[in-house]
Amino acid sequence: MRSFQQKLGEFDARGIRVVGISVDPPEVNRRQSQKRGYTFPLLSDPKAEVIRRYDVLHPGAGPKGADIARPAEFLIDSNGTVRWVNLTENIAVRARPEQVLDAFNQIGSVGQ
Amino acid sequence: MDFANVAGKIDMKRKRNWPIWAGFVIVLVGFFSYTFFFAKFPITRDFPWANLLLFCVGGILLLIGLFRAFGRPQVFRGKILASIFTIFSALMVGFFCYVFFYVLRQVPPSVGAPRVGQKAPEFTLPDQNGNAISLSDLRSGSRAVALIFYRGFW
Repeated sequence: MRSFQQKLGEFDARGIRVVGISVDPPEVNRRQSQKRGYTFPLLSDPKAEVIRRYDVLHPGAGPKGADIARPAEFLIDSNGTVRWVNLTENIAVRARPEQVLDAFNQIGSVGQ
Repeated sequence: MDFANVAGKIDMKRKRNWPIWAGFVIVLVGFFSYTFFFAKFPITRDFPWANLLLFCVGGILLLIGLFRAFGRPQVFRGKILASIFTIFSALMVGFFCYVFFYVLRQVPPSVGAPRVGQKAPEFTLPDQNGNAISLSDLRSGSRAVALIFYRGFW
């Protein structure tokens, strides 16, 4: 997330909205955003409904066996079509902002 | 009392075996630095080469310490310490590798996740300020949306 914040200017310049989703409640997201200086939205899905809808649930992997999201990244065009997906095989390895920007550049005129 | 003799005995004491300590400290740093430091940078997070390098350096120093302690026990101290530190270090390296190369790879397959070309499921969720934000809100006025699912800060 930190690396996405650092490259946020490049996402803005291309008209890409960056948004995070986790099971954390809005209070935690507000605190963490302020602490870490994140200026993009962090959405709160405490019951993991959207996380389930995207089939990116990691059951029992959170504190006290809570269901949380596995790391996953989607690039969605302005029509709502998925254009790029990254489903990591190692929790520690996540998409870098450069990968998302490259994916966007390759798609070219997204949604046109 | 022969003070010269007493002083001579102190001088004859066996030398400290510093590589044991240095090696153990480096292995400790290698063990803890992933979570607290190297995981912050993609280049050292995706593959823990920095930590493995520290383990190698620490391991070599521990081996030097072991050879000194057991090979030249009349010169160097540290047989017991070197053995204990080496066992602890091996356990730490083993645990680190187990977590990184096995536990962290136990990710659900997510076979039902939206694929390229499919419609992304619509949603509405509260942001950090409590405002409801939907995927269509994010899409409107932008050329694309980068949706990042993350494990959370807890």
